[in-house]
Amino acid sequence: MMKLFNTILIGITSGSIYSLMAIAIVLVWRSTRVINFAQAGLALASSFVGFEVLTRTGSFWIALPVALLAGAGMSAFIEYFFLRPLLKRSGDESQEIFLPIIATLGLLGVIKAILSFIYGDQNGTISPPVSDKDFIVGANSISMSPMRVLILIVVIVLVSSITWLFQKTSIGLALRASSYSPEISRLAGVRVDLIRTCGWAISGAAGSAAGMLQTANGSGSLSPDSLEFSLLLVFGFVAAVIGGLESLLGAVLGGITLGIFISFVLMYVSGSLVFISAFLILLLVLYVRPQGIIGKKVGRRA
Amino acid sequence: MKNNAALLSVNGLSISFGGLQALKDVYLEIQPHEVVGLIGPNGAGKTTAFNAICGIIKPDKGTLELRGKNQNWPRTSDLSKLGIARTLQGVGLFPDLTVLENVMIGAQKFSRTGIISAGFGTNTRDEKELKDRSMSVLERVYAAGLAHRRADTLSYPDTKRVAIARALVAEPTILMLDEPAGGLGPQDIEWMNSLIRNLTSQMSVLIVEHHMDVIMSVCDRLYVLNFGEVIASGAADVVRRDPAVIAAYLGTGAA
Repeated sequence: MMKLFNTILIGITSGSIYSLMAIAIVLVWRSTRVINFAQAGLALASSFVGFEVLTRTGSFWIALPVALLAGAGMSAFIEYFFLRPLLKRSGDESQEIFLPIIATLGLLGVIKAILSFIYGDQNGTISPPVSDKDFIVGANSISMSPMRVLILIVVIVLVSSITWLFQKTSIGLALRASSYSPEISRLAGVRVDLIRTCGWAISGAAGSAAGMLQTANGSGSLSPDSLEFSLLLVFGFVAAVIGGLESLLGAVLGGITLGIFISFVLMYVSGSLVFISAFLILLLVLYVRPQGIIGKKVGRRA
Repeated sequence: MKNNAALLSVNGLSISFGGLQALKDVYLEIQPHEVVGLIGPNGAGKTTAFNAICGIIKPDKGTLELRGKNQNWPRTSDLSKLGIARTLQGVGLFPDLTVLENVMIGAQKFSRTGIISAGFGTNTRDEKELKDRSMSVLERVYAAGLAHRRADTLSYPDTKRVAIARALVAEPTILMLDEPAGGLGPQDIEWMNSLIRNLTSQMSVLIVEHHMDVIMSVCDRLYVLNFGEVIASGAADVVRRDPAVIAAYLGTGAA
C-alpha cells in the first residue's frame, strides 16, 4: 500500500516537470504550427545560465527567474531571426511542414555544440535549494520531500500564470485567435508576427523552468550533452501528444499521466524499460485516441 | 470622373492566376459617407477585388489611393491602421472564443499598453476599455445578450451580426462587407439594410452582394463586374437599367 502511494507521489512530481516541457511544446505548436526540437537545447542553455547565476550569487531564487528570462529571450530570438525568415521563404505547404522540423533539429545540434565549446566536458551543478530528504511519517518514509513540494509549487504558479495570461489578457486572446487562424486574425487587426514571438518567449520560459527543476530534482549535474535533457524533451513531447497538442490543460494532464505511468514502470517493472514504455504509451494514445485525451475530434484549420 | 476627395480609389487593377485573367483594369472609387456596391455574376471577380484591397492577393498591376494619397497595396496586418475593416463571406468567427472575445479581437489596435505590461497584467484599465468598446458595439447590432456565448453555439444570422460587430469595433472609415445578406431571411435582411444605412454617418461602406433588393436599397453607386472587367458604373438606379448589365446578368453577354 505504501509502495503504491509513493509510486503515485513520485509520478506526480516528475510528471509536473514533464507538464512544463509539454506546455513549452504546445505553446510553440499553437503559435506557429512547429514542433520545436530545439526546446531541449534552449532548456539546457538557459539552465547553464541559471547555473552561472547560481555560482555567482549562491541563490536559486535569483537563478530561477534569470534562467526563465534567458529561456524566453533565446526562444524569441530564434523565432524572430531564424524561424520567421525560414517560414517566409519556404515555398509550398509541404516545405512549411518539414523545413521547421529539420531546422529545429539542426538548432538543437548547434546549441549543444556551442555549450560544449564553452564548457567542454566540465559539468555544471544545480543542487536543490531545499532539502531533498523524504518526509518521515510514523515508521514510513513517504516519497515527498521539501524539494518536491517546491517543484509542485513552482509548477502550479507557472501553469496558473500562463493560464491566466491566456484567458484574461489581450495577448492571450490574440494568441488564441491567431493559433486558430492567422489570416483572419491579421484581417481583424491582430499583430500576428509579434504575437507569435510572444508565444515562443513564454514557451522558452516554461521549457527553462522544466530544465532547472529537472536538474535540481535529479542528479543535480548539468552537462552539454546531457541525456537527461533529451529524455525531458521526449517525455514533454509524449505528454503534449497525450494531451492533444492543442491545450494547456491537456499538456498538464498528459504530463501527470505520463509521470505516473513511468513511475509505475520504474517501481514495479524495470528501470531499463522506462524509455521504451514512454513510446509505448505514445503509440497507444495515437492508436486509440489520436486527438489526445481532451482534444476535439474536429479537424483544426492550420 | 476622377475626384481628389475620394476616400479610396483603385485604378488599373489587374490580377491573373496562372493563365486566367481574374481582373483587368478594374477601377473603383469610394467617397466619404457613401455606400458603394460591387456586383456581378458569379466568378466575375468581386471577391478577388476585395482580396486585393485587403492585401490577401497581390495585384499584378494597378494603383491604390487613400484620401488622395498614393499608397502601396496594403499588407493585411496594416488594414486596421489604415481604417479599413472587412467581414468575410464565410463569417470567420473564432469558434472557441466567446462572442465578446471575438469582438475584442477587432479592437486590438486600441490596446495602448505594450506587450510587456500586458504580460504582467498591469493593463487592467486598458483591458476594461476594450471590453466596454466591444460591449457597446454588440449592443448596436443587438447582440449584447450573446456576449458570453461561445461563437460556435450561435445561429447563422447571429454570427453575421457578431462578424459585423468585430469589423465595426475597429472604428473603420471604410467598411467592406462581403455578402452581408447571404443566407439571411427577409427579416434579418431588412435589419441589415437599415444598419448599413445608419452606418454612413460614420463611415463609407463597400459591399459585395448577390441580393439585388439589398443592393438597390442601400447603395448610392454601383460598379458592375463581368469577366473581371468593369462593364458599368454610376448611380444605382441608372446602372440597373444599363443594357450591358442586364445582358451580363441574363447571360446573353456571355454568349
